[in-house]
Amino acid sequence: MKRLGTLAGLLFLFSIPLWLGNFYLLHVLIITGIFIIAAMSLNLLLGYTGQLSLGHAAFFGIGAYVSSLASLGFAVHLLPDWLVTLDPQPVWLGMACAIVITGLCGFAIGKVAFKVRGAYFVIVTISFAEVVRLVALNWDELTQGPMALNNIPPLSVVIPGLVDITFVGKPANYYLVLVFAILTYAIIARLVRSRAGRAMIALKENEALAASVGIDVTKYLVLAAVVSAAAAGAAGALYAHYVRIVDPNVFLFIYTVTMVIMVVAGGKGTLAGPVVGGVIFGLLPEGLRSLAIAPEVQWIVYGVLMILVVYLLPQGIVPALRAYRQRSRSLEPQDAPGANASARQAMP
Amino acid sequence: MDQFLQHCLNALVLGGTYALLGIGLTLIFGIMRVVNFTHGELYSFGAYMMFMFVMLLHLDFFLSLVLAMLLGIALGAAIEFLLLRKLRGADIDTTMLVMIGAWIAMQNFEQLVWSGVAKSIKTPFPSSPLVIGALSVSWNRIFVLVVALGLILCTYALVNRTRLGRAMRATFQDSDTAALMGVDIGTIYMSTFALGSGLAAAAGALLGPIFVVTPTMGDLASLKAFAIVILGGLGNIVGATIGGFILAFIEELGAGYISSGYRDAMGFLLIIVILLARPTGLFSRKERIG
Amino acid sequence: MRGASARVALAVEGLSIRFGGLTAVESMSFDVKEGEVVSLIGPNGAGKTSAFNAITGYLPAADGEITYRGKRLNGLKANRIAELGVVRTFQKTSVFAGQTVLDNILIGLHLRSRQYPIAIILRFPFVAREERELAEEAHEILRFVGIDAHASELASALPYGELRLLEVAIALAAKPTLLLLDEPVSGMNPTETANFMKTLARIRERDITVLLVEHDMKIVMGVSDRVVCLNQGRIIAEGAPAHIQRDAEVIRAYLGERYARAQD
Repeated sequence: MKRLGTLAGLLFLFSIPLWLGNFYLLHVLIITGIFIIAAMSLNLLLGYTGQLSLGHAAFFGIGAYVSSLASLGFAVHLLPDWLVTLDPQPVWLGMACAIVITGLCGFAIGKVAFKVRGAYFVIVTISFAEVVRLVALNWDELTQGPMALNNIPPLSVVIPGLVDITFVGKPANYYLVLVFAILTYAIIARLVRSRAGRAMIALKENEALAASVGIDVTKYLVLAAVVSAAAAGAAGALYAHYVRIVDPNVFLFIYTVTMVIMVVAGGKGTLAGPVVGGVIFGLLPEGLRSLAIAPEVQWIVYGVLMILVVYLLPQGIVPALRAYRQRSRSLEPQDAPGANASARQAMP
Repeated sequence: MDQFLQHCLNALVLGGTYALLGIGLTLIFGIMRVVNFTHGELYSFGAYMMFMFVMLLHLDFFLSLVLAMLLGIALGAAIEFLLLRKLRGADIDTTMLVMIGAWIAMQNFEQLVWSGVAKSIKTPFPSSPLVIGALSVSWNRIFVLVVALGLILCTYALVNRTRLGRAMRATFQDSDTAALMGVDIGTIYMSTFALGSGLAAAAGALLGPIFVVTPTMGDLASLKAFAIVILGGLGNIVGATIGGFILAFIEELGAGYISSGYRDAMGFLLIIVILLARPTGLFSRKERIG
Repeated sequence: MRGASARVALAVEGLSIRFGGLTAVESMSFDVKEGEVVSLIGPNGAGKTSAFNAITGYLPAADGEITYRGKRLNGLKANRIAELGVVRTFQKTSVFAGQTVLDNILIGLHLRSRQYPIAIILRFPFVAREERELAEEAHEILRFVGIDAHASELASALPYGELRLLEVAIALAAKPTLLLLDEPVSGMNPTETANFMKTLARIRERDITVLLVEHDMKIVMGVSDRVVCLNQGRIIAEGAPAHIQRDAEVIRAYLGERYARAQD
């Protein structure tokens, strides 16, 4: 039954560009999809492994910049007389590099997380993102600074004789993002429902106990960080080749905050949480915009909503819905006569 | 050499206000274990209050300073009462998220009310600077340094010589035992948050007239405050003071001799390096504050 | 009682543990033979849990050697020591509170599983098969300890007695050959304690060597082959349970000088 529902849902998602005439809405869906990928990746680190990582925009931005620079080519002086150049590479290679390099950054962050704990780790991750932003802003030779990287080529997949697609335009990018999103979801779902996922949850819930049954805490922390960062890097690369302009603002803390809201409001530590949170907080700005509300008010609403969600639904929307469903299910009359009586007593 | 001394002088002035920011946050972070993302907003709040009192209401400059700080204290108490009280005992990420939400709401509210245009605040000080040999420093900056040092000393005295301060130190060490000893943890938390916020507002009120006032000025201030807390050790006022000056010196000298674009990055690089070498902070004397 | 072999399993030699200026344990030497059940007793603060922590890698030893089956344990990470078959429980209730009872055991079965990340991501067929096998084993362990009925409940919802049994079950899932139990029956009522003794007997039957820290003398005298008594970081007596019960030093440590003299 669940399989059928999933299939129907997927079919629906794949059908959208065929009937949605409003290209602006399609654009919104694409950006939301990219953010959902980033949110899912953050959920692995924040939700399942319990690491307070607030520098996620750094991975996103590094992915965007690496992929763009690889596909545009660059020439930088690492030393006054040492010029390093790269010719423009095919986009798919750029994206692959982006994923690998952000994965390596994740490796470093994972190692750091093990040494530096709790609130200090939060500060380190925020600082890391800020440093990367300032580097992107100031190292004009490489990144063009605030002038931004322009004319980033779109992804094209060419297999001679078989396939020749260039992902330009909204429908094509929608499908690309959708495929990546499904792939990311599948990978994270598999990890989480396995020995590796259990180890991550264990180290979040009770690290000393986890070690006592043989779980190598560092290894799984690093694994979560690597996968999380790589997925965020992929999201960043998708963004770069869709929007085709990248500037240092991708590293802004506000984007990390957006991802955090999506994960926490949706339900951290659940698979559906970041998706639900992503849909709500991705589409919310559009809804507010259509009401002709100033952007500042939008953000005030965001902020207030965040506070409310933490107070009213501390576990997030998805767990709250599940709990509600479980409660109403347990109030239903059952077949055994004794149960009937107690059920009738349970209902107000 | 003169340029070096000039940088040092500037750093001294900046360091005083950084110290205020750092002390405020180290008390809040240390005693309440709250990752206070609204700290920067209290800083900009102080600056905007100065703007309002001096430029719009035409009140006396020094009175405005006092009022701005008092309002900062009040706002801090309000935030603690409205938002944090119910979350006592919750995990650190829960309170952190509430603080982030409050920060977003506050900053955008400021943007809505004052618009993003930078505001400047007139001061009653002579515009020509004090010149000592080859060095020059504006009277405004001297005033800022003097007031900052004064506030630092007052805070130190408060925490180390008063009953309230003793209760705060007890709560820092062990809040359960302190409660058993009759300390009203609720009052301590509110006082701590109010005091810390007041110091941040004072820093903003002092620096507002020197630089300009914008809605986002608080963001960097927040992060630098965290850097200072880590430098100085959680709950350590002396450490935060020293940390504030160290950060200011590194920024000034770094901006002067290496690159001004990366000025703000100095603080963050410092944090990262320190925490990698000493994961619990530089001067962390975990067992006491003061 | 099932005889212990003469082979030494755990050898602790000259173990000293210091915190800053404080000495928690001083020059402690004892061993545990394969198949034995040894109890560590002593007043609070005697150093029992510190010794446990040092043996299992949660505390560094300032001095001394700890070897298990010939392998030196000093300086190894806690999870590495668990891989060698040395598994411990904790004095304070320690479970994965937000997970179901079954999931708690599945986590405990970590070492038993062979899944590695690439295999998981690419969904190699053996992963799904192993998951089924693990679930089977988890239920078996829960049945062994007697709490299989609670399998799908959240660990945090368990009553106290069952919670302590869950702790032991988690430790058993890690396939220990040496099991260190830190006050496993503290807080249990007499019925639960009696049940636990039976579980302990079943654990012995599986050839698992046990090192126990306990205050409950009924358990200590009832299941131990040998008893080691600590006071203020030093071993003050060692031997068969009946002998320890009458040892003057032990009585003095627990009850003070007057009672020791009263025994004469």
